[in-house]
Amino acid sequence: METLVDIALLVLLATVAIAIVRVRDLYSAAMLFAIYSLLSAALFAVLDAGDVALTEAAVGAGISTLLFLGALTVTERRERPVRGNAWLALLVVTVTGACLIYAATDLPTFGSADNPIHQHVAPYYINNVYDQMGIPNIVAAVLASYRSIDTMGEVFVILTAGLGVVALLSVPPRRRRARSTAERGREERS
Amino acid sequence: MGLLGHFNFWVVVVLMMIGFYTVIARGNMIKKIMGLNLFQTSVFILFISAGKILGGSTPVLREGIEIYSNPLPHVLILTAIVVGVATTAVGLALAMRIHEAYGTIEDDELLDPIEQDPDDTSPGDSGRSGSADA
Amino acid sequence: MKSNSILRVITHLLIPFILLFALYIQFHGEYSPGGGFQAGVVFAAGWILFALVYGLDAALLVIPERVQFILACLGALLYSFIGILGVVLGGRFLDFSVLLDSPQAAQQAGIILVEFGVGVTVATVSMLFFTFFARRKGQIEQARREARD
Repeated sequence: METLVDIALLVLLATVAIAIVRVRDLYSAAMLFAIYSLLSAALFAVLDAGDVALTEAAVGAGISTLLFLGALTVTERRERPVRGNAWLALLVVTVTGACLIYAATDLPTFGSADNPIHQHVAPYYINNVYDQMGIPNIVAAVLASYRSIDTMGEVFVILTAGLGVVALLSVPPRRRRARSTAERGREERS
Repeated sequence: MGLLGHFNFWVVVVLMMIGFYTVIARGNMIKKIMGLNLFQTSVFILFISAGKILGGSTPVLREGIEIYSNPLPHVLILTAIVVGVATTAVGLALAMRIHEAYGTIEDDELLDPIEQDPDDTSPGDSGRSGSADA
Repeated sequence: MKSNSILRVITHLLIPFILLFALYIQFHGEYSPGGGFQAGVVFAAGWILFALVYGLDAALLVIPERVQFILACLGALLYSFIGILGVVLGGRFLDFSVLLDSPQAAQQAGIILVEFGVGVTVATVSMLFFTFFARRKGQIEQARREARD
């Protein structure tokens, strides 16, 4: 049953991802992206990652979509078709994907308890966290105590990203709107 | 389970390649950022799938539960999601500024040779447009 | 959107619960799924909902931009401060066990403080993103109007 839900969600995710690539209207793409995030949050919940599902639902479906929509109000709504053909890109992607799928057959079987990943440090966390900290949520304990220097780095990355956005968008816009070369080219062509 | 033992990883590769294709084949910068996000999410799914134990449970200690999924990938991905949205915001802010400076965010239109327009070079503006070109 | 009464009533009903839920996953994050990252984003989402319905200016009266800046830095500084406190009290950087006498209580105190720092930074940085993204269109239009005059 668990596996069935997992497979259904993965197929839905792939479908929505293809729709995101194919749709030319960027507002639709942003809304599809919200659906994609919500589906992946559901998938994380099925895969036993409660904390990750909560984060993905709040961040992916909430803040991220809002940022895309905010950026689209300033830029253009429609995506223009690219010149030239995309066959070369498709070829590169297919070859890379085939190599990766071939490599993925060497990965340990999904969901098996004796995979190498479950042997190294995870048993230590699971067995010792309650004696050492008295906290039942192992993820919170690992995040804030065992790997706290890692988390500190992440916090500073977020702060830096915030300062980067402020630096980029606090410059007042130019008074005179210069017509772009692209717009001029389009006018000439038409 | 034998045949489907790697199904998660296959879908991860498919999603990753869809994201990769979007980044290299689409010209619109916002679409490229969406492609990067698709790629990123596929990596999240890869990590979380690797940490899953079938029949296990969310790693919050409770009475009567023996098997917990691996908490370490959850920690890594939890922080990566929030950092991902922060970097997405920086990318979108850059796209907005590029649209203000050039009037387009399609990269092949940005590559068009810049023709100098006589009324486009007022002295007060030259410094700023120079820095925007650089 | 202020004139739409359905939106206004629903917003009135929802915002207190969103903020309460954010505080719950912030401070109950040790016992159930949750923590600073999620709580920060949910708290920011509550504020953004207010901004979407009542306008950015009204929302900036609740939490001004300057306060957002200061809190974003203070959250990260609180995290570093807890780390350095461990060094001052004779342990290592981000070593919580020296904060209090009982090792379990010390770890819990450390985790709660550190998660609070994370939550404050994530919430205010998300608000800053929204503030600057939402304001840009108005600024561009104003610049164009001034250029036309």
